[in-house]
Amino acid sequence: MHYHKILVIGGGLAGLRAAIECAPKADTAIISQVHPVRSHSGAAQGGVNAPLANNPEAKDDTWEKHAFDTIKGSDYLADQDSVEYMTKEAGPCIYEIEHWGCPFSRTDEGKIAQRPFGGAGYPRTCFAADKTGMFMLHTLWEVSVKMNIPLYEDRVMVDLVLDGDTCRGVICLNLRTGELEPFMAEAVIIASGGSGQIYGRSTNALISTGSAQSTCFRRGVPLKDMEFVQFHPTSLFGTNILMTEGARGEGGYLVNSLGERFMSKYASKAMELAPRDIVSRSIQTEINEGRGIDGKDFVHLDLRHLGREKILERLPGIRDLAINFVDVDPIEKPVPIQPGQHYSMGGIDTDVHGATKFKGLYAAGECGCVSVHGANRLGGNSLLDTVVFGKMSGRAAAEHVLGKAKLKEGEGAMNKCLREAKAKIDSLLARSGTENHADIRAEMKETMIKKVGIYRDKAPMEEALQKIRELKERYQRITVQNKGKSYNVDLFRAFELEGMLDVAEAIVVGALNREESRGAHSRLDFKERDDAKFLRHTIATYTAKGIEISYSPVKITKYKPEARRY
Amino acid sequence: MTEGEIPIKVQRFDPTADKLPYWQTFNVKLKPGMTVLDALFEVLNHQDGTLGFRFCCRAGVCGSCAMVIGGKTRLACETQMSQFMGKGDLMISPLPHQKVVKDLAVDYTHFFDRIKKVKPYLVGKEPYPEKEFIQLPKERTPINEPIDCILCGSCTSACTMAWTNSDYLGPAALMKSYRFLVDTRDSIPEQRMDIVESESGVWRCHTQFNCVEVCPKKLNPTEAIQRMKIKAVKRKLFGKRALKK
Ligand SMILES: Cc1cc2nc3c(=O)[nH]c(=O)nc-3n(C[C@H](O)[C@H](O)[C@H](O)COP(=O)(O)OP(=O)(O)OC[C@H]3O[C@@H](n4cnc5c(N)ncnc54)[C@H](O)[C@@H]3O)c2cc1C
Ligand code: SF4
Ligand code: FES
Repeated sequence: MHYHKILVIGGGLAGLRAAIECAPKADTAIISQVHPVRSHSGAAQGGVNAPLANNPEAKDDTWEKHAFDTIKGSDYLADQDSVEYMTKEAGPCIYEIEHWGCPFSRTDEGKIAQRPFGGAGYPRTCFAADKTGMFMLHTLWEVSVKMNIPLYEDRVMVDLVLDGDTCRGVICLNLRTGELEPFMAEAVIIASGGSGQIYGRSTNALISTGSAQSTCFRRGVPLKDMEFVQFHPTSLFGTNILMTEGARGEGGYLVNSLGERFMSKYASKAMELAPRDIVSRSIQTEINEGRGIDGKDFVHLDLRHLGREKILERLPGIRDLAINFVDVDPIEKPVPIQPGQHYSMGGIDTDVHGATKFKGLYAAGECGCVSVHGANRLGGNSLLDTVVFGKMSGRAAAEHVLGKAKLKEGEGAMNKCLREAKAKIDSLLARSGTENHADIRAEMKETMIKKVGIYRDKAPMEEALQKIRELKERYQRITVQNKGKSYNVDLFRAFELEGMLDVAEAIVVGALNREESRGAHSRLDFKERDDAKFLRHTIATYTAKGIEISYSPVKITKYKPEARRY
Repeated sequence: MTEGEIPIKVQRFDPTADKLPYWQTFNVKLKPGMTVLDALFEVLNHQDGTLGFRFCCRAGVCGSCAMVIGGKTRLACETQMSQFMGKGDLMISPLPHQKVVKDLAVDYTHFFDRIKKVKPYLVGKEPYPEKEFIQLPKERTPINEPIDCILCGSCTSACTMAWTNSDYLGPAALMKSYRFLVDTRDSIPEQRMDIVESESGVWRCHTQFNCVEVCPKKLNPTEAIQRMKIKAVKRKLFGKRALKK
C-alpha cells in the first residue's frame, strides 16, 4: 500500500499550489489523471485578478474594491469573509508566482500588465498574452520539479476512504496497468477541477468530468451551490472552444444580425464588459428573438477595429483557435460565438481553510466551493481562487498532519474500501447490457444544456430530472466493451459517467428548489432575487434514499445586498 | 467536401497482449468541423471500445494528443478531417520511438525525465523584490517564443539524434533551458550552460531541423539550440563575461 502523509488529487493549478505549500512541511505526493502540464488550467486564457494598480487607469485600486466587485458579481451569495481573504492575498500570491518565473506580459515600466475584465471597476486582470493559465500551470509544475514532489500520473481516483468522520486515503485506478491501488494518507486534498462535461456546449476539457468530486459525493461529502453554473458568453459556434473575455477586455464588440451592439439595451454602462451571467443572457435573448446571425444560434464577436497589431500581440492564441476551428481570421472577419457552459460555481462544501466536514479531507480549486464566486464568478477570479485557496488548503492540511498524535490508522477502512472499489470495477467490466454509455452521456449533456441552461423554468427542469433518473436506470444496463488492462479509456469513461449523472441530479434538484433568480441561476417563473428566502447556500447530500437538500447561511461582513446594475 | 466516409487506418498495440503492432481500418462518417480527435472518439464510442488514445483540452494547448496523422506529426484535436477526404486511407500512429502504453497513447516518462535534467525552473535573483521583478517588454521578447512550448513531445520524438542517444537532452528540454537562460530574472546562467554544453547537450544537435518541421506550435527549437552553441563558444573565448544579460 502506498503511503504519504498528504495526498493531493489533481495536478492543476489548485493541486500544484497546495502541494508546493505542504511538501516542505510534510511528505506530500500528487496523484493525477493526466500529467500536471496537461491539466485543464492550461486552457485558461484571459488572466488572473489582483488589485496591483499597475494600469494607469487603476491607480487607486484596492483589495476592498476587488472584494466589492466580487461580491456584487456573485449576486451577494459569496461568503464575504472568504472574498476578503482572497482579495487581500491576491497581490502576494501573484507576486509569488511571478518570482517563480511566470512570464506575465509587461507594462512599459516592466510591471505585470493588467487588462479590463467583466464586472470589474478597474483593469485588474493580470495577463500573459492570452495564455495566462498555461504559463501559470507550467510555472507551478516547474516549482514542483524543483522541490522533487513525487507524482503518480495516469491514475484516476475511484474511491474515497472514510472511516467514520475521518478520511484515510483514496483508491486509484492505475491507467497503465489497469490495477487498483490503495493510497493511505493522513490528509487528502481534492483538487480535481470542474465538471463542465456534464453539459453540452461546454468550454471545458474532455476530462473535466468531476470524477473525483462525484466519488466524494457518493461517499457522503456534501456539495454546495451546484445549481450555479456559469455560461461564458463567447465560445466558438460549433466546438464551444473558448474565446477569452480578454477579447472584449481589449475592446471587442458583440453584434447581432442587424449589426447592432446590442449590449447597449441590457447594460448601457458596462456594455460588453458586464458580468458573464448578464452578457450570456443578453446573447441568448437576441438569439431567441431571432436576431442571431442568419437566424442561427450565434452572434458575432467583432475584433476587427482593434487592428492587426493589437490582435497579434494581445490575442494571438484566440486568433489561432478561430482560424483552426472555424476558419475565420479575427483580423479580417467577425467570429461566430454563442454562450457555452464554462464553470461550476458550486463544489465540495468547504470552509475558508478548504476543510470539509470530514477530518483530514480538504478541497480546493474548481471542484470546491469556499464560496467566493457565489451565484456568478467574475472572469479572472477562478485562477486566483486556485492559487489562494490551493495554498490555504495546503497549509491547513500540513497543520492538521503535524498536529496528529497517531499516524497510519485505518488500515481496516482502506482494505474494506479497496474491496468495494474492486467489486464495483469488476461489476462494470462484467456488465453486458444493450445500452451504450457514450449515448447515455450524450443524452445527459443535451438534457442539461437544453433544460437546465441559461434560462430555467419549472416544467423543463422537472423533465430533466426525470430524464436524468431514467438515464441512471439505463446506466445499469451498459456494456464496457474493453476488458483489457492497459489505458482502458472505455472503462474510465463508463466509470466517470455514473458520477456525472449523480452530480447532474444534484444540479437539477438544487435548481428546482431555488425558486428565485440570482446570478447565473435565472428562472422564468421566479424572475426576482429573493433574499428573504434564498440568501443562503444550497447543500446537497447523497443518501441511500436520494439527494437531500438543506441550506446554510451566507456570511455577510460589511457589504449589504443591493440591486445589481451595470 | 464535407460528406462521405473516410477510412482511417490506426496502428494498434497492447503491450500486455500483442507481440507486434498491427493496423486496423475503421470507416468514419465525416461531419462538419470534425477533427481527428472527434473521429477517434467516434470509433471509441460506436465501433471499437478498445481503442486507446490520450486527450484533454481538445483546443491544442495541453499537448496530450500529438500523433502521426497522414505521415505528419500533428495534434489530433486541431487537425480537421475534411482535408483527408478522397485521399485514401488516413494512417494514424503514435509518436515514433516512444514506448506505447496502448495504441496511440505513449508513455511520456522519458520525455519528462529529459526536461527535468535541465533545471526547468527559474532561480530568481535574490533578494526577491517586494513586488514583481521589473522586466521591460523588450527584455521579455527573447522568451516570447520558447514559453509557448506545450511539451507535446513531437520534436524530441522526431529527432534522430534523440533516438540514437537516450541521454541526449533533445530539442524540447534544450529549448526549456534556453527559455530560462534568456530570462532576465534568472540567476544561474553558468549552471545552465554547464548542462547545455555537456556530453548530452547542444553539440549533439546536427541541425536536421526535424523538430522545427513537426512542432505544432510552429516553434523553433533548432534556433534556440544554435543560439546556445554561440553562447557556449563565446563562453570558451571570453569566460563569464559572455553570459551577462
Ligand atoms: C477555456 C477556459 C478558459 C478559462 N480562462 C480563465 C481565465 O482567464 N481566468 C480565470 O480566472 N479562470 C479561467 N477559467 C477557469 C479556470 O481555468 C479553472 O477554473 C481552473 O483552472 C481550475 O483549476 P483546478 O486546479 O481547480 O483544476 P484543473 O486545472 O482542471 O485540474 C484538475 C486536475 O485534477 C486531475 N483529476 C481530475 N479528476 C481526477 C481523478 N478522478 N483522479 C485523479 N486526478 C484527477 C486532473 O488530472 C487535473 O490535473 C477558464 C476555464 C476554461 C474552461
Ligand atoms: S517545441 Fe513544439 S514540438 Fe517540441 S514539445 Fe514544444 S510544442 Fe511540442
Ligand atoms: S487534446 Fe490538448 S492538445 Fe489536443
